[in-house]
Amino acid sequence: MKLGSIVRTGLVAAGLLAGAASSAFAQAGDTIKVGILHSLSGTMAISETTLKDVVLMMIEEQNKKGGLLGKKLEAVVVDPASNWPLFAEKARELLQKDKVAVVFGCWTSVSRKSVLPVFEELNGILFYPVQYEGQESQRNVFYTGAAPNQQAIPAVDYLMSKDGGDVKRWVLAGTDYVYPRTTNKILEAYLLQKGVPKEDIMINYTPFGHSDWQSIVADIKKFGSAGKKTAVVSTINGDANVPFYKELGNQGIKAKDIPVVAFSVGEEELAGVDTKPLVGHLAAWNYFQSVKDPANEAFIKTWQAFTKNAKRVSNDPMEASVIGFNMWVEAVKKVGTTDPDKVIDALIGIKVPNLTGGISEMLPNHHITKPVLIGEIEANGQFDVVWKTPGLVPGAAWSPILDDSKNLKADWTKPVNCGNFDTVANKCIGKAAK
Amino acid sequence: MLRLRPLSVLLSVLVSLALAGTALAADLTALVGNLTSGGLSERERAINALAASGEERAAPILEALAAGQLYVRISDKLAVIGKADGNKLALTEAISGKPAGSAVEADLERVRVNNRLRGTIEAAVGSLTLMSPNSSVRRSAADALFKRRDATALPALDQALAAEKDPRVRRAMSEARAAIVLTTADSPPAQKLAAITLLRDRGDRDSLGILNTAAAASDGEVKTAAAAAAGAIEQTLAAWQMAQNVWYGISLGSVLLLAAIGLAITFGTMGVINMAHGEMVMLGAYTTFVVQEVIRTSAPHLFDVSLAIALPLAFVVSGAIGILIERTIIRFLYGRPLDTLLATWGLSLVLQQAVRSIFGSSNREVGAPSWMSGAFQLGQLNITYGRLWIVVFALIVFASLILLLRKTPLGLYMRAVTQNRPMAAAVGIRTPRVDALTFGLGSGIAGLAGVALSQIDNVSPNLGQGYIIDSFMVVVFGGVGNLFGTLIAALTLGVVNKFLEPFAGAVLGKILVLVFIILFIQRRPRGLFALKGRSVE
Repeated sequence: MKLGSIVRTGLVAAGLLAGAASSAFAQAGDTIKVGILHSLSGTMAISETTLKDVVLMMIEEQNKKGGLLGKKLEAVVVDPASNWPLFAEKARELLQKDKVAVVFGCWTSVSRKSVLPVFEELNGILFYPVQYEGQESQRNVFYTGAAPNQQAIPAVDYLMSKDGGDVKRWVLAGTDYVYPRTTNKILEAYLLQKGVPKEDIMINYTPFGHSDWQSIVADIKKFGSAGKKTAVVSTINGDANVPFYKELGNQGIKAKDIPVVAFSVGEEELAGVDTKPLVGHLAAWNYFQSVKDPANEAFIKTWQAFTKNAKRVSNDPMEASVIGFNMWVEAVKKVGTTDPDKVIDALIGIKVPNLTGGISEMLPNHHITKPVLIGEIEANGQFDVVWKTPGLVPGAAWSPILDDSKNLKADWTKPVNCGNFDTVANKCIGKAAK
Repeated sequence: MLRLRPLSVLLSVLVSLALAGTALAADLTALVGNLTSGGLSERERAINALAASGEERAAPILEALAAGQLYVRISDKLAVIGKADGNKLALTEAISGKPAGSAVEADLERVRVNNRLRGTIEAAVGSLTLMSPNSSVRRSAADALFKRRDATALPALDQALAAEKDPRVRRAMSEARAAIVLTTADSPPAQKLAAITLLRDRGDRDSLGILNTAAAASDGEVKTAAAAAAGAIEQTLAAWQMAQNVWYGISLGSVLLLAAIGLAITFGTMGVINMAHGEMVMLGAYTTFVVQEVIRTSAPHLFDVSLAIALPLAFVVSGAIGILIERTIIRFLYGRPLDTLLATWGLSLVLQQAVRSIFGSSNREVGAPSWMSGAFQLGQLNITYGRLWIVVFALIVFASLILLLRKTPLGLYMRAVTQNRPMAAAVGIRTPRVDALTFGLGSGIAGLAGVALSQIDNVSPNLGQGYIIDSFMVVVFGGVGNLFGTLIAALTLGVVNKFLEPFAGAVLGKILVLVFIILFIQRRPRGLFALKGRSVE
């Protein structure tokens, strides 16, 4: 599998060279170039390599259907190597040198923030497929992952409900960086607003890759033995999760006593864990591999055939990549060109089916509508959906709960045409807010 | 929740009363039928009804339901219990307990439960198994009732308590009874006071929680007694907390020791700044993964000894790669620390990417053998077996290394070469060979550390990166070239870290430790235990 992808990347690279050589006499624009900006080495490779493969697969599928506007799509893969400044350099390379029509990429918020100025300056299009902390809307970026109101808030609502266990006491545990800090700020404000007293909220941050969870898990246990039902809301990122869950299992914290609901743990992350002690812990996403839907089953089949691995799992950011890709294809078809300005305008209002049986729509704030699902971890590493929002939830760029953003709205249609419009002062703040 | 309790008690009493009448008439088939159809709320009612029926089969059916092993066969709508048997599930009829052939998961529909239902089932199974002939089953039933505090179980508990002979089970049952009595608003105050005494003697965190709740919910004598008992428990727990922190510190220290001890040899005695040290640890962890993969596919019964098999292999793999690196790269760079630093840093990236290409970028699953899973309670001290074994293992590795250096010819050569190279060469020691073996030894020990770390950390290409900084910190703090210094430094840093964490948080704690070491090195540039004598220069 791995060798296959190396060969494939090699072929793409060879194709690039050939493309560069032939463009001297062939007409430029025989193909439409699609940039892929995901780390293939370094710490984030664990998550991002998969997304590169998904976009490659979507391109292959689209080319089987005859390409786009009568041209073949061509992938341009670059490796920003989990190095945030390199993301900006590689983005510049994709837009300026390779002249790609669209870029699919980034995972961490810091990598996204690092490429924002480049996309703004060179007027590119970026599809960002990962759940994030919100509080942003940029004209050149389309956010197909969940905003906090499409993941964190519904998860807390579920835990507060009778089915979720009527939770009264909350541990907000996260890795120490922008996504968990912002999400926890929103969650804390939300919980206080719901009447949870301050002493019933415990907030804890740990460094990236934290591996010694003994005392923190003991603290959680202590916090949870105060006689009120307690739950942990985890924004712990990436590699730190496995030791965290192992410690929970070792210290005997079962889901029926103190459930943990995670926002960054999906099917891929569970692949490296013995899930038997974790059965019943929760995750909130907009997609699970276990969702029974014809579109999802077809997608998994194609994905496993593409990766030549019948056990390959799928996860939420993959679905977000697929939705983003399909939206871009639809928008290009609609305007008949890949010209960024026209495509950006056309994207708003585009509707494509998601993989859980609904139709997702691109909103004027460049976020999309998604269902919110809560799943319990099963012994086989999959999730059993125990709760689902009745309909699709529109993504909110700015949180209405936080004081600094409650008056802001993002709307990239005329006449507002602004990512951070202050509805009280009735003017666009623009870059000053950043 | 508390205010709702009387209502829910009343409700469940009513339900069980109503059901007690019907259960005699309705047979098990109907009860199980209710269990496997309907939504989650209906299922909860069905669980309580099944528990109230007191049928012999109720407990195994409910246990299967909680474990996710209760299915409905799609072809004939029969409720079956399926247990994994190779790729298929071996089925038994839920109602009669007779074997019902086997099936693949696709032909079955699982009866779903969620966390709330698992809690309900735990309490139900608890009250059903109180009279079990097996004393450990009775004990866990009592523990489940203690945790769930289901007031409807009180009559069953009293009945079981009257019949119970085993003193330990008796104690667990009376504690469960006390917990239920204390959290039920309308129980008589005299009983409540007795319950408070019982829980104060139990003295753990769960009792504290119950007492606090009781103190908040009641008034008069009960309130004062509960508050006093809670205060007493809190005091003893605070002392235990100190002990617990020390244990956590030792446990973290042993991990640091394992990661650093190989470096204490390559960096400490040879003076090679080996940035690829963490990757040697990582290779050891991947060796464990490969060993477990082979065992899983060809000899599953050997799984519990997989780590014992992995240890020598990891030592050989990492050691051999270490020797290869020394012979091909490092030996040309002796005496040029900056070049060594850059070369080994580059090498660490190469090794990471190589592993990423071979094994893929995602985490690999390394399982814990049964003797390393779980925890035990020592007083109020919670000790996990995995951590305990790692502490023991780290000390064994340390002791064997000391023995090797002190008592074997190779150890003698190593000490001779590091102390005075020209003189060692002059008396006929082949110094290049000793260099290679020393580096190999350091790397091999890193491989051993990898086997242990695979039990507590991710097995991913980045595994080593997380430990390299800490390892250098330990070696420098302990005094370069001094193995005992490394031991003391690792344990000190571990304990300091764990005492800082509760006050300062994990992030600030780490920073404080780093600042402390920097200041310490300013005062004592050679670390805790500096080597003296000419060899230092």
